[in-house]
Amino acid sequence: MKIAIIDYDSGNIQSVLFALERLGFTGTVTNDWSKIKSADKVLFPGVGEAGSAMKKLKEKGLDVLIPTLKQPVLGICLGMQLLCKSTQEGNTEGLGIFNANAIRFSNAVKVPQMGWNTIYDLNSPLFANIKENEYMYLVHSFYVPKCEESIATTNYETEYSSALQKNNFYGVQFHPEKSGKFGAQILSNFLAL
Amino acid sequence: MLTKRIIPCLDIKNGRTVKGVNFVDLKDAGDPVELAKKYTETGADELVFLDISATEERRKTLIPLVREVAKAINIPFTVGGGISSVEDVKLLLQNGADKISINSSAVKNPKLITELAKEFGSQCVVVAIDAKEIDGQWKVHLMGGKTATERDVFEWANEVEQRGAGEILFTSMNNDGTKKGFANEALAKLSETVNIPIIASGGAGTMQHVADAFINGKADAALAASIFHFQEIEIPELKRFLKLNNLAIRL
Repeated sequence: MKIAIIDYDSGNIQSVLFALERLGFTGTVTNDWSKIKSADKVLFPGVGEAGSAMKKLKEKGLDVLIPTLKQPVLGICLGMQLLCKSTQEGNTEGLGIFNANAIRFSNAVKVPQMGWNTIYDLNSPLFANIKENEYMYLVHSFYVPKCEESIATTNYETEYSSALQKNNFYGVQFHPEKSGKFGAQILSNFLAL
Repeated sequence: MLTKRIIPCLDIKNGRTVKGVNFVDLKDAGDPVELAKKYTETGADELVFLDISATEERRKTLIPLVREVAKAINIPFTVGGGISSVEDVKLLLQNGADKISINSSAVKNPKLITELAKEFGSQCVVVAIDAKEIDGQWKVHLMGGKTATERDVFEWANEVEQRGAGEILFTSMNNDGTKKGFANEALAKLSETVNIPIIASGGAGTMQHVADAFINGKADAALAASIFHFQEIEIPELKRFLKLNNLAIRL
């Protein structure tokens, strides 16, 4: 199986590569259009600040490519937020796949949310063999409110979307590559789609 | 609900764990990778590796070690010790570290926090603060508590947050090594001062101490070394205890 990991100088790609290795797969980190287009699965990770990440995507023309992809695509953390219409972080316009906008947690809670929280109302093949209220590792200051495309919910200050799906596009706010064996199961489920 | 984190800390020197780690069922308790795996399996929520090697040795051993750890474990880990530049951090993250922790270098050059947060995101920047209470004043200390500075801990914590740190690792030098509990009053004040997560460190001796750091100290995570290394407290037992005390815990 050919797995492309979108390379746009944003994020800790090594963790994702090692997670794939533990599952017996090899990922290719690339920003090459033809390699991404011909991959069986595409991973779109990301950490850091949304505005500069979007700028880097644009520099490489990846903002044009990503919405045209037909194979399963998984946005992770900031990757998921960049697949939305916009994020409040740096007032950044996203790729508009998901009909949602990421907003910041208020100061009523510690920001960023950092640590293990539960996911529930699971509603996708992405969560095969994952039980309700399983723990996932999250680190984020902005969140996507509940919406039609929610396939998992988490509660921190409010109930929000910890995963989204629309057609072949999937997004997870948590880090499956860092969420123990159940995170690995979710990655494995994605690769089996 | 977001859970409270339990974080074992491993001191590393020349690529090996130090502090006489005493795990009977490990083939090589000096092997950080084996220990990391062991802690991951027993329910640690994160790990911290603190490199105490001299700079020259560090370059040769730390990076390959970070890579091996990242390959082996599937929970987040932080690397600290001797980090003083954007390049240092880049190399660690490229090899699989999830977060880095800076201490003295941040005090000497606070702009480093800003640079790191901008370059890599706040989520991976942990600022460690070593603090000592002297005449009722909490002052920032360097060199593992040996060198006092004039900086007030709470003012420094504020600055650290403003500059973009994602988390604070607070070690009370008054409590560290005493096994008499964490500095809960200072921890609670810190939690009121800043709005980023606080990791409590220094003083863990019993399971109740850890519970107190969460309940009275309002800490978001608790870090300890020897109680775990010497198996005085097993992580599964500790987590069950905390859960019984109505704390949000990942079991």
